[in-house]
Order: sequence, then structure tokens, then C-alpha cells
Amino acid sequence: MRPSAVRLLNILVPVKRAVDYAVKIRVNPEQTGIDLNVKHSMNPFDEIAVEEAVRIRERLKDAVKSIKVVTIGPPKSSETLRTALAMGADSAIHVEIPESAPSPEPLGVAKALKAIIERQSEGVDVVIMGKQAIDDDAGQTGQMLAGLMGWAQATFASKVDVDAAQKVAHVTREIDGGLEELRCRLPLVVTTDLRLNEPRYASLPNIMKAKKKPLEKLTPADLGIDFTPRLETIKVTEPPKRVGGGKVENVDQLLAKLKEAGITARRA
Amino acid sequence: MLRESVKRFANEVVGPKVREMDEKESMESEIINGLFEQGLMGIETSAVHGGAECSFTSAIIAIEELAKVDPSVSVMCDVHNTLVNTILRQHGTKEQQDKWLPQLAQSKLGSFCLSEAASGSDAFALQTRAKKDGDHWIINGSKMWITNSYEAEIFLVFANVDPSKGYKGITCFIATKDMGIKIAKKEEKLGIRASSTCTLNFDDLRIPAENVIGGEGKGYKLAIEILNEGRIGIAAQMLGLAQGAFDKAVPYTYQRTQFGQPVGTFQGMAFQIAQAAVEIESARLLTYNAARRKEEGKAFTKEAAMAKYWASVIAQRVSGQAIEWAGGVGFTRETGIEKFWRDSKIGAIYEGTSNIQLQTIAKFVQKQYS
Repeated sequence: MRPSAVRLLNILVPVKRAVDYAVKIRVNPEQTGIDLNVKHSMNPFDEIAVEEAVRIRERLKDAVKSIKVVTIGPPKSSETLRTALAMGADSAIHVEIPESAPSPEPLGVAKALKAIIERQSEGVDVVIMGKQAIDDDAGQTGQMLAGLMGWAQATFASKVDVDAAQKVAHVTREIDGGLEELRCRLPLVVTTDLRLNEPRYASLPNIMKAKKKPLEKLTPADLGIDFTPRLETIKVTEPPKRVGGGKVENVDQLLAKLKEAGITARRA
Repeated sequence: MLRESVKRFANEVVGPKVREMDEKESMESEIINGLFEQGLMGIETSAVHGGAECSFTSAIIAIEELAKVDPSVSVMCDVHNTLVNTILRQHGTKEQQDKWLPQLAQSKLGSFCLSEAASGSDAFALQTRAKKDGDHWIINGSKMWITNSYEAEIFLVFANVDPSKGYKGITCFIATKDMGIKIAKKEEKLGIRASSTCTLNFDDLRIPAENVIGGEGKGYKLAIEILNEGRIGIAAQMLGLAQGAFDKAVPYTYQRTQFGQPVGTFQGMAFQIAQAAVEIESARLLTYNAARRKEEGKAFTKEAAMAKYWASVIAQRVSGQAIEWAGGVGFTRETGIEKFWRDSKIGAIYEGTSNIQLQTIAKFVQKQYS
């Protein structure tokens, strides 16, 4: 794998088709998972990733050579790719797995992405992806990919500034203590956090243009990847139902209640 | 994907403003700009002219989705697309299309000016006159009940160039606000309050001769044909309205419990809800079928009249029921359910009253059976 030619960036944005954020999730009767017969859409963090790639191109203009989106999923996932194309990506890759196949796990996805990157004759300079998917909340794929590729990683990004000429990126990360600023050499994996940007709506003219953009179909065999899960889900249950709280009149009562519940203050 | 995109835009951008626009009886320019940015103001217009180059059915779907959130915004988009844009696309010369379609697709709101104080259903009894003056026409008269007129910059005005020819003198002109079109009165309405409905005055309005659309005396035929298509647009608006009211009220009935159970699960309520669902579906199929027939080049006048008539009837019924299902909460303006009922009334009146639609349908039946 070679980095791309001088000063032109190739951006790869992996996206995932997940249960829509507004759906009321229900556990299935067998308690093996959730009812998947519901509305699906692009993982919100991945939308932010696509948006960021498009904004990077708007800022750097011709310095961005290509924005490719890729997804690993059943036939319906191609809709997710079309949405990304309508937002401004140039081309798409669909690694198609059967409808009945279990959802790929982060390590499998990371390995597949590595294989895809290595297939790109012009290389990939920046991978921008969601920090986690809202269905499994794993939050591992970006980090695993960077590890497998031996690349820099900047996760939970709330600001990304790419300098194509210098081949570096300045990334602000949201961490527990506040914000961290990193200067990373390309090639780089960035994972997006909520406050990075607000994704645009796909306008009608762009939706029409998206129909003509290229979409390449691949199978796991084409990449030499086995998506067999390494984890077995034993049981899925709903969280315990909320019980009502109580109201207190003043701070003394509050303290009394807390003490009752066994919560005591500790000296700092 | 188009439906999803419009739905999202409608829910996220239009949704928060609906109540305020209704209370203030005013359309926010942010919403109008948003529609332009989304490509929703040139849905069928070709890409060459800056449009989205989508099908008629796409426009119908967009109008439906907008109406689920705000029928006022929906009708603004409908009139602009199915009346103004379509007239230019179907009857404009290449020069006229090149000049006007990009403006209409990208930034300028359009308005369709046919009705007058003394001519509504009897549209072609219009009195506005156009007199030739060299290479200009001088228009004098007044239009009433004109949608979009407060915010519009481009106006299609129907005037008679030769009253002695009766309706055969009616001609369609394209004019811009800055030619001197005056807004005489903005109506205060029961429903679709955010959609501007104004009386316009033309006082010696000078329009260049090149602004005649479709040729002198062709305005009658042009208007009849275009209103046919516009009818399907209104059907879509009423359909979206009914669905929007239904979608707002029904979930509430499964949450509100009385006598130990959600009120929506009492059989009486469940049956009403089921019936409303059937009615909405029937209006949907009438609307989509009319759109399909039009796209296939088949005659669709009867089907369009049926769709518009029926959709407006069920819109009123379902939105009225939605208020009752939500009880007291449905009666307050806060939840936005009652707004759908107020908005639905116009469906039986504009773009051809229900009686006119029935007359149209009756004529077809009579022709077929006698």
C-alpha cells in the first residue's frame, strides 16, 4: 500500500446501516436480540463522517481527489450508500453479505477495510468513520483499523483540519477531561464524535445525481475475509423498568433519603 | 430516498416553526430558502435549468410529505411546482424557459393569478384587461385569493386581450413584482394561515410582449390543462394532511389510559382509527393512480377530480376525528392537531370546489353511460 501522489487526498468513509435512532427498540421473544423489522438508516456518526469528508473537500477543493464510501451489509445497505453519494461522496463500494448473515463484528470489519484500502491503486490518506454504531455501541472498528494498518488514529474528533500540502491533520478530540489537540501525520484514521458537524440534507438534485455515481459490489471472498462471529450472544433483555421517585421538601430531607439509600459522602 | 429526504427536512426544519407561522399568519423566509436549497422548487425542472429533473410523482410525494408537517408549506411548494413551473415547461418558448425556469428553481417564488372577486369557479369570466401598446401590454385589473402572492416575485397573470372574443381572448402573461404589482390586501384565514393569500392590483402594469406565454388567446386552454395537474397536487396535500393528523393523534391514544387501558384500544376507538386508516389509504391510491395515469400519457381528468375531491373529504373527516381522539388535548392549539382540521377546510374550496369536481366526474359518467 502506497500513500497517494503528492498533495492529492483520497478519503475513505466506511458507513453502517443500523436501526434508526428514533425507533422504539423491542427485545425479540427468544431474547437473542432486538426486533430488526424496523426502520433502518445510516448510523448517525457515519453521517457526520460523510459530512466531514464533504466539508474537507469544500475547504481544500482540488486537493481532495476522491471521497469513497464503503459498507458491509445485506443488499438493502446499498440504499445507505446512495444516501452518502447524495450527500457528496464520489463513488461507493458495497461488500454484500446475505440478509440472513449475522452482523459483522468490529475486527472483521476492520480487516475488510484494510483489504479494501490495499485494493485502492491510488491509496487512501484519510479514513473518516463514526466513533461507534448505535446498534452495538462497540466503538472499536476505527481503533482496530489503525492498529492493523499501522496508521495514526485520532478518535472522538470534534474538529478536523487537514493540511494536504504538509500531509498532516490537526484534530481536536473530546476526552473525559476536556479537549485534546493532536497533530497527526497522514495516513490517518479519524473517528467522529457528535459535535464535529451537523450533516446536510440530501437535496433533490443531488439525490438524482447520486443515481449515476459508480457503486462497486464485492463479496467477502473477493477480500479474502471471513466474517464468522467470534462472539456468541447469550441473552438480551430489557433494562429493569423505572420505578417512581419521590419528592423532598428541603436539603435535610434529601440528605436523609440519600443516607437511607446507603449513599454517604466521602472526604475528598 | 426522496421521500425520506423531504420527510427529514419537513420534520427538522419546518416542524419547529409550524405553530409560530400559523399564529403569526406569516411564512418564514428561512423556510422558503430551505425549500429552494433542497431543490424542492424545481422538482420537475430540467438540470440544465437548475432543477432536480425528477418525475411528476416525485413532486406529488414531496408535496405529500411536506403536508404531513405543514399544509401551508406544502401548498406553497405545490403551486410553485405544479402550476407556475409546469406552465413554463409546457408552454414557454426556449427563450422564456431559459430566462425564467432557473430563477424559479433557485431563488424566486412564483404565483398563479387567475381568480378574481367576480370569477372563481366561473374562472373565464375574468375581467382583468390587457391592451396592446407598441411592444408592450398594459394590464389593468385585480386578482383575488392568490396563493404565495405576498412573498412571490414572479407572477403568471391571466388577462383578456379582447373581451369581444369571450374566453378566447384570455392570455397568460408572466410578470415580476417590480413591474408594479401591488398587494392590496392579505386575507386573514381560518386555515393554512402561513400561506399568503392576497388581493393584487394591476394599475397600468407594463409587460413586454415577449412575456406572453403560450400565445395570445391561449390562456383558457393553458389554464384548464394546468389546473388538471394542480388538482393532483392538492390531492397530495390533503392526503399528507390527513396522514399528519392521524400520525399525531393515534400514538397519543395508545398512551392515554382511562379506566385502566389505553383509550385507543377500546373497540369503538379502534374501529374509528381503522376506518380512518382505510380512508387515508383510499385517498392515497386515488392520488397515486391519477399521477401514474398522467405520467403514462393517459387521460386523467376524471381521476384527478376524484382524487382531489375525495382527499379533501377524508382530510376533513380524519383531522376532525383526530381532535376527538386526543380529547381536550386535541382541542388546544399546543399539540397542533386542531390546525390540521382548520387547514383541511380549504381543500373543498380551492383549485376547483368540491361541487365543480363532482360536476366534472358526473359529466364523465353521463358520457359513458348514456
